[in-house]
Amino acid sequence: MAFRRKPGRYTLPLIQHPPQPAVLSVMDPASLKYAKTHEWVRVEGDVATVGITDFAVRQLTDLVYIELPSPGRTLAAGEEFGVIESVKAASDLYAPVGGEVLQANESLADDLSVLSADAFGQGWMIRMKIADRSSLDKLLDRAAYEEHCRSEEH
Amino acid sequence: MPEQLLHTACHDWHCQRGARMVDFAGWHMPVQYTTVVEEHQAVRQRAGAFDIAHMGRLRFAGPDAGDVLDYLLTADVEEMHSGQVRYALVCNASGGILDDVLVYRFPEFHLLVVNASNRTKILTWIEEQSGGFDFQIADDTFDHFMLAIQGPLALEILNPLVKDDIAEIAYYHATQDNVMGVEAIVSRTGYTGEDGFEVIIPAEHGPRLWEALMERGEPHGLRPAGLGARDTLRLEAAMPLYGHELNETIDPFTAGLSFAVQLNKPAFLGKEALLAAKARDDRPKRVGLVLSGRRIARENSTLYAGEREVGRVTSGTFSPTLEKSLAMGYVARDVADVGAPLEVDIRGRREAATVVKLPFYKRS
Repeated sequence: MAFRRKPGRYTLPLIQHPPQPAVLSVMDPASLKYAKTHEWVRVEGDVATVGITDFAVRQLTDLVYIELPSPGRTLAAGEEFGVIESVKAASDLYAPVGGEVLQANESLADDLSVLSADAFGQGWMIRMKIADRSSLDKLLDRAAYEEHCRSEEH
Repeated sequence: MPEQLLHTACHDWHCQRGARMVDFAGWHMPVQYTTVVEEHQAVRQRAGAFDIAHMGRLRFAGPDAGDVLDYLLTADVEEMHSGQVRYALVCNASGGILDDVLVYRFPEFHLLVVNASNRTKILTWIEEQSGGFDFQIADDTFDHFMLAIQGPLALEILNPLVKDDIAEIAYYHATQDNVMGVEAIVSRTGYTGEDGFEVIIPAEHGPRLWEALMERGEPHGLRPAGLGARDTLRLEAAMPLYGHELNETIDPFTAGLSFAVQLNKPAFLGKEALLAAKARDDRPKRVGLVLSGRRIARENSTLYAGEREVGRVTSGTFSPTLEKSLAMGYVARDVADVGAPLEVDIRGRREAATVVKLPFYKRS
């Protein structure tokens, strides 16, 4: 996901916010892989589950709309697979790995608060059949991703 | 480069509170403390406090202070009584809007509150255009702090800090009064569509006033509110924002601001062009739009009637009060009537949008 700049009065992100309580999720964030554009991936066999991180959800705030792809669509690693929109801006979602979309989490459209409550669990966005495992090697582990977030905050 | 940005007197309070700070017109300002929607709802249901010290405050004094403002502004300043506040426009010779402003009249001086983004432009404009008038102008922007407290509880939260009863202040009126022991200006004005007040106080007393309001108000639901909520609130109330609905190529009649133009007064800047603009019947019109889905029509999105391009969006948001995607924009007159079915192109896909009566929200 990338923070797309809204033309006009203010720009994202230039952030200082209070420490947030740790989000308790069924998924352990340490076991996931991360893209610099704030998507996470969980790999089980040749299936990847993709979502966006709690950091990204906190940056966005005020989510109003999400658009996810239909099953059957083939995505290249780095390709835009959807859009998430907040009151302030629309942000593209990028596929961290290449492959075919098996399933999209349609229930998110009705209740985006799930993303704030459980970004790494119930907030999953798509499941993909991995076509190209080499793109997984370019993703960050949790420590590297946290470091990346700190650098974006400054 | 926050160190190069201007700071209001309460800048450190916002940072300590954990606000998300942004560059707004060269000022380091809070865009939100929690979420836009929470702050928006606080203003609609209880009260919100906004640091608006970035707004430019220009003080006019001297024998021709009223006359020069009458010449520079579209509103009738001469006939204002002391304690009155008026919305007005600064127009160029072609009738284009250079800024939208509030003018306050007091016995000793007039005050002009201008947009932060236009302050230096307006100072230059005044310098260029005011030859022959005997007056003095002082830029009080940095010496004074300004806040807005808005919402149904604004009156009772602010009142105990002001010497006189502010319930007596009528809408669009102001008093010079004692606030926490200091001479200040209190006006019944705002940019949210709610009842509320704006206070101007010497900058060194700004943090003391802000903290006193928070201490008194927070137990009753007052919240600090940032530029994000200020934008969603003003959009619901259909108030134009300079740089979006207003710019130097748009005249006040097209913008739907004829109430701010007094064409009967003697010569003023832009008068001839404004007379001509008013007579034209091919002007586009500023309209409100309600979208069918939840996607937001951002600024510059194209509007269509069938396959015909009929205009552009100037502001759009998701309305926390109406829970709908709303927009304002300019469209051709023949498709500007309430109920007209239009479409807006959002990222390459059309969404149905219906022209509705403005404002979107009016307090009951």
